[in-house]
Amino acid sequence: MSVSIQNIHKTFGSYQALDDVSLEVPNGSLTALLGPSGSGKTTLLRIIAGLEFPDPGAGRILFHGEDVAMTPAGQRGVGFVFQHYALFRHMNVAENIGFGLSVLPRKDRPSKKEIHERALDLLKLVKLEGLHHRKPSELSGGQRQRVALARALAIQPKVLLLDEPFGALDAQVRKDLRRWLRQFHDEIGLTTLFVTHDQEEALELADQVVVMRNARIEQSGPPQEIYDHPRTSFVYEFLGEVNKLADDRYVRPHEIELRFAAEEGVDLTGRVSHLFVAGPIARLSIVPEKGSKREIEVWAGRDQVDQMAISQGDVIGLRFPSSRRKPQAAEGLPES
Amino acid sequence: MTSRPVTTESAPVRWLLIGLAVTILSLFLLLPLAAVFIEGFRRGATVFFHALTEPAARSAIQLTLLAAAIAVPLNTIFGIAAAWLISKFRFKGRAFLISMIDLPFAVSPVIAGLVFVLLFGAKGWFGPWLMEHDIRIIFALPGIVLATVFVTFPFVARELIPLMESQGTDQEEAAVTLGAGGWQLFRRVTLPNIKWGLLYGVLLCNARAMGEFGAVSVVSGHIRGKTNTLPLHIEVLYNEYQFSAAFAAATLLALLALVTLGLKTLIEHLLGHTSNTRH
Repeated sequence: MSVSIQNIHKTFGSYQALDDVSLEVPNGSLTALLGPSGSGKTTLLRIIAGLEFPDPGAGRILFHGEDVAMTPAGQRGVGFVFQHYALFRHMNVAENIGFGLSVLPRKDRPSKKEIHERALDLLKLVKLEGLHHRKPSELSGGQRQRVALARALAIQPKVLLLDEPFGALDAQVRKDLRRWLRQFHDEIGLTTLFVTHDQEEALELADQVVVMRNARIEQSGPPQEIYDHPRTSFVYEFLGEVNKLADDRYVRPHEIELRFAAEEGVDLTGRVSHLFVAGPIARLSIVPEKGSKREIEVWAGRDQVDQMAISQGDVIGLRFPSSRRKPQAAEGLPES
Repeated sequence: MTSRPVTTESAPVRWLLIGLAVTILSLFLLLPLAAVFIEGFRRGATVFFHALTEPAARSAIQLTLLAAAIAVPLNTIFGIAAAWLISKFRFKGRAFLISMIDLPFAVSPVIAGLVFVLLFGAKGWFGPWLMEHDIRIIFALPGIVLATVFVTFPFVARELIPLMESQGTDQEEAAVTLGAGGWQLFRRVTLPNIKWGLLYGVLLCNARAMGEFGAVSVVSGHIRGKTNTLPLHIEVLYNEYQFSAAFAAATLLALLALVTLGLKTLIEHLLGHTSNTRH
């Protein structure tokens, strides 16, 4: 089901959490709401879920063309996975998953046996067979996450919302679960939005990335487009490493070519202040010899660094890509 | 120097502190408790049981149980409602409501009793109107219940507010997104999470409701066999120099205290157990 957000405002007292936010989420897509804390991304997610209501006014929230702005959360058909999972502590895994079915009106409610079987099916779907009798306290973080997901899916939602789904997990589990969620989404094709402050997570996982900042959407689009063509310097700096050159242009570390200092076509010469080689990638910090002394980060292939016999303290040349860019809408943004 | 952790005192100091604690405990708590039972049985079991079964005593016990049976459920409902409101919502006047809940703890019970006499007594604000309609509040059961409710109001709410605040609203929100209605939310999510804390609050509320003296004393009128609760009955017996009977009745209240303490310890144990496994 497609979700359409139109001109939503939200204030908490005097604090503006969302300022005229509009967003289209196509049916079946996986959308990331990306931004620093306080940017309004979680508020937007909670408004879609019906856990918060937008300020009254012109704003609309459409689910498949139907305005749901004033529909209570329980009737929106939305599955919500909370940052800290919010599993019911006193219920076992199967009871947690079956909760949404067990609170249906009596005429629509499946029998206890059916609910239990449905819970077991979902448990299989999230690859946790055999854990149905455990209490949430007896599960690892990654397992809890998946139980929370199964519980949200049990009510057969039309939209799935995840608040910082990997935020509370350690690095390895996070990576595994991320890949798993991507595959899972591809299999079931449910319209999904998730909130994250991790740009790598957003870029790797999503079809559509929505970058938020100060209660507004800064830019949205496919990850490749956002990464390659950031519209503002904020987006540039938020998505991955970037060098800001003396003429206010931006260039990513891997886009810079290494040359010998005396070679032709060198844009800038500088001294290698730091050299770090990890696996196939070499990371260099270069202090320009002229002009701004701001360090420039360069990522190069390790074999190239070996071939050129670069070591710390050497003076080398840099060549920037011919198409290095200035953000289109840099006005009014603070220098960082 | 022997090696010992920096936070541990040397042996003599430790024994001194332990000895001091045990002495104070025995002198002020255990000794009086033992005295109640010894004095109660001083003139034999027959006197003891007679003191508990004579009509005035039976009436006092019944009245105490009745007052508690009305006041405790009322305060359980009030307490849950107030704690729910305070811990799950942010609204104007919230801080004021919190202080209001503590008011009965801050006010002397005698004053609380007097307030009810001033309101509902024969010469009180509503006295003439009540007399006209033949409604008795002061020197009758309603007054005793009112005074008990007032004095024991904070116990349940005070116990639940920090518990519910620490649990936050995550689980309730999850239940809402899963389609639970208000009553389902409360019965299936909130209540199971607070049940031990609630039981603990109810227990303390009950102990105080049965043991309350000051406020009840003012509104009761001390009519023997009619408006005397157990604590008032004990005072009357004592003032009439019927020491054995007074102490016999007092053993009931002492037993109530011991049972309360036992249950309280058990609940604390269970509470501790669940909070350790909280995620």
